[in-house]
Amino acid sequence: MVNKIRRLFRPVLGVALFILIWHLLTLGNKRTDIPGPWLTLQGLFELFRQGILVKNIVASVFRVAWGFLLATLIGIPLGVGLGRFPELNQLFNPPVQLLRPISPIAWLPIATLLFGPVRWFEPSDVAAIFLIFLSSFFTITTATASAIATVDQKFLRSASNFGVKGVALVTDVLLPASLPQILTGLRLALGISWVVVVAAEMLGVQSGLGYQVNDARNNLRYDLVVAAMVLIGLIGLVLDTMMRALEERALRRRGILRR
Amino acid sequence: MTRQEAKIRVKSVSKAFKKQGQMLTVLDEVDLDVAPEEFVAIVGPSGCGKSTLLNCIAGFETPTSGGIEIDGEPLSGPSPKRVFVFQETGIFPWLSVNENIGFGLRHKSPGERAEIVERTIKLVGLEGFERALPSELSGGMKQRVEFARALAVDSEVLYLDEPFGALDAFTRLEMRREVWRISRATKKTCLLVTHDVEEAVELADRIAVMTRRPARIRKILDNPLPRPRDPDLAEFRALKDEIFEILGVERRV
Ligand SMILES: Nc1ncnc2c1ncn2[C@@H]1O[C@H](COP(=O)(O)OP(=O)(O)OP(=O)(O)O)[C@@H](O)[C@H]1O
Ligand SMILES: [Mg+2]
Repeated sequence: MVNKIRRLFRPVLGVALFILIWHLLTLGNKRTDIPGPWLTLQGLFELFRQGILVKNIVASVFRVAWGFLLATLIGIPLGVGLGRFPELNQLFNPPVQLLRPISPIAWLPIATLLFGPVRWFEPSDVAAIFLIFLSSFFTITTATASAIATVDQKFLRSASNFGVKGVALVTDVLLPASLPQILTGLRLALGISWVVVVAAEMLGVQSGLGYQVNDARNNLRYDLVVAAMVLIGLIGLVLDTMMRALEERALRRRGILRR
Repeated sequence: MTRQEAKIRVKSVSKAFKKQGQMLTVLDEVDLDVAPEEFVAIVGPSGCGKSTLLNCIAGFETPTSGGIEIDGEPLSGPSPKRVFVFQETGIFPWLSVNENIGFGLRHKSPGERAEIVERTIKLVGLEGFERALPSELSGGMKQRVEFARALAVDSEVLYLDEPFGALDAFTRLEMRREVWRISRATKKTCLLVTHDVEEAVELADRIAVMTRRPARIRKILDNPLPRPRDPDLAEFRALKDEIFEILGVERRV
């Protein structure tokens, strides 16, 4: 218990210092200036009371979930293929590496051209999901391919010694052996997705946290802008913490301890 | 040894690796026959190609020239009939002790598998650690899991690549006796690679001494000492010295 308090002491102090500096820098500001912590908190409550906030959170999370899920479902099998077969890697790796550094936002015009009119459920649209897909897909594929390609030779030899090949080799040896690295890739990809969804929502959709930021700015309500920003940060933190917990579990199982 | 008698026959096997554009010859026309149920040890200077030879015999590497026969048939690749025990343990860190030992038994029914795993766990003395993960085990215990995994499939042959190398002196002695006992009880043909001459003399029926790279088999010594073998006995020491002398000559070259 005492240990726990001690461990939490510095992080809490850090956040408190951050809020204090924020408060001091924005002393005397009104809603139409950059707001301080107190105005922001009030803004948060106001957003909740209006009821649109939950709808916007759901819209953003929904887009990220679908895009990320699709990227995982396609990226991991593709990564296994690339990691396993050098010929395939020589063929597909150059285009993957070429497309990877392109910001998903640059894809927006093409995404709108391709999927603009396509609607899927109420709060979402396919173009935004496509952007999220792009922002996770290359990271997941690359991380999986490099993990699979570097699986310890001893594990491969053990598998072939016991007659394990084909699908069983992938599910029982290659994927478990690569799991920690793949999870790291997934965590990074989810982080990028969350950054990208907000940006994508500022450019041409009518829901989501990015839209919320834009909408508040158009009304010159900077307290609501910063309130939405705080929320974006908190949700991103939650997503990252969840992925990190999965990763730590996989590492702990293998006897690898961080720090 | 006649042709049919040999369990494993290595016929002028050579192996070269490409290294920085140059060919590095590691094995140079190695010949070796191992009879069924025989225990043969291979000793040689570090880096001479012992592991490479064993990897070729197990089917993990393909010789550059020459051939390997098992039961008179050309080797077609790794098989659960001939199990490899790795220099540093090759067990899977994401599987429990139970699951690791059962890894080679996937074609068996769950009941049969559980029964074999339980029996093997008793054999290597890992009772109480069935559900433990490798990360929760000591180095010696991990090596036991590796042995258990190899023993569970009831192979005909064991390939042992310095299986005791990572163990402390005491555990090493203990494991050595265990391996001997188990391999005799289950009538396995064993091929052991080691740099520990005493280990080779204690365990093996015959000892093949390799030269420095490019490695050939310099001499194969018979080991007629009665078992259990006492390292303090004069005959034991004499055989050890003979091997050291052969190795020593090689070192001076
Ligand atoms: N895959 C490979 N590619 C290139 N060179 C290799 C490869 N495997 C082994 N070698 C080389 O072959 C030589 C023999 O290696 P090997 O592992 O067979 O030696 P060893 O006798 O088992 O040594 P030790 O006693 O240290 O285990 C070494 O010089 C090594 O660098
Ligand atoms: Mg070796």
